[in-house]
Amino acid sequence: MLHFIEQALTSFVASAAFGIIFNAPRRMLLHGGFVGMIGWIIYIVLEYAADAVPATLAATIAVGVISQIFSRMFRAPVIIFSVAGIIPLVPGGLAYNAMRSFVQNDYSAAMEMAAKALMLSGAIAVGLVLSEVLNQMIRRIPASLRTKSSSK
Amino acid sequence: MIGSNPTEQSRVIAICLLAGKIMLQSGGETYRVEDTMKRMAAALGLPHSHSYVVPTGIFFSVDATEPAKLIRISERTTDLDKVSEVNAVSRRIGQGELSAQEAHDLLVQIEGKPSSYSTAVQLTAAALSSGCFTIMFGGGWSDFLPALICGGIGYAAVIAFHQLVRVKFFAELTASFVIGILAFLLIYMGVGHERDKIIIGSVMPLVPGLLITNAVRDLMAGHLVSGLSKGAEAFLTAFAIGTGIAVVFSLFM
Repeated sequence: MLHFIEQALTSFVASAAFGIIFNAPRRMLLHGGFVGMIGWIIYIVLEYAADAVPATLAATIAVGVISQIFSRMFRAPVIIFSVAGIIPLVPGGLAYNAMRSFVQNDYSAAMEMAAKALMLSGAIAVGLVLSEVLNQMIRRIPASLRTKSSSK
Repeated sequence: MIGSNPTEQSRVIAICLLAGKIMLQSGGETYRVEDTMKRMAAALGLPHSHSYVVPTGIFFSVDATEPAKLIRISERTTDLDKVSEVNAVSRRIGQGELSAQEAHDLLVQIEGKPSSYSTAVQLTAAALSSGCFTIMFGGGWSDFLPALICGGIGYAAVIAFHQLVRVKFFAELTASFVIGILAFLLIYMGVGHERDKIIIGSVMPLVPGLLITNAVRDLMAGHLVSGLSKGAEAFLTAFAIGTGIAVVFSLFM
């Protein structure tokens, strides 16, 4: 339990701090930190049960959906929330490890890690696209229901 | 109608290009830049515009008689505040709240706007996030402080070297070299335990994670040129960081 509190706290601070590095609007920093924290918690919980790729996918979908909701609630572009939310999930450490192995002539380990980093990036991209599609579907359904009921 | 007057038309083109330029330089997504420019042009009376955006330039044309305009983009950073401000201007134009002149003035103002955080605050943020990443990637709390120090100094180094030489690759390589040396030094002095965890946390503010993801996303959306060039940029940065650290390893191990 302590481990989760520790992870939640650090991911919140790390995401909000990245908001500062990326010059996010001041009043959105805490929201960005919150989105990052939710994404990271979903990731570490699922990573226990399954592989890193599905865990990343699920976490990114959650980040995407929350970002879309926040974007409409606070009238700001989605990217402000999704960037902060995705930063903890991004396989930066893996990309770095892969590059280091390449430079140290350990090609098989490097290729393995590079492939995994690519898979994880793909999972993040798919998650973002999926959450966008979900958002469009949700937005369209009430509209079509409304037109149906008004035409009756 | 504004678009029928040639001088008005070129002014609208200039406004759209400026908006697109600010967004692209600040890290807005390719498709969103294209979309915003088209919407702004339509709202200002030019409904048949086309824009083609790649990370290094913007092509924009409004109709068959007017030649297409081009803007070259050479510096790209991430500045979410500017993306959000341009977005607000675009929305207000769409709602008819802003005239072309007002929009232009606002955009010029946004372009020259400095970062809302001082360098000291940014360095503190980079240092804090480095420390937090070390914990998130499985390091112990004894590695928090060394990662904080390495990350902060590493980020300061990348800013300083980039101002000095204007070559991003060199700045990143030297900064990661500095991080590596510091990590070795701190471990040698008995501060911190796991060298790898400290280094991974400290390089996170430099790592092009967002670029990698955006590259894959652009490729999926069919923006093939954007995706490949962003991928190349991300690869170069990762290569610079990996090399910087590897040099340290080969020196000390």
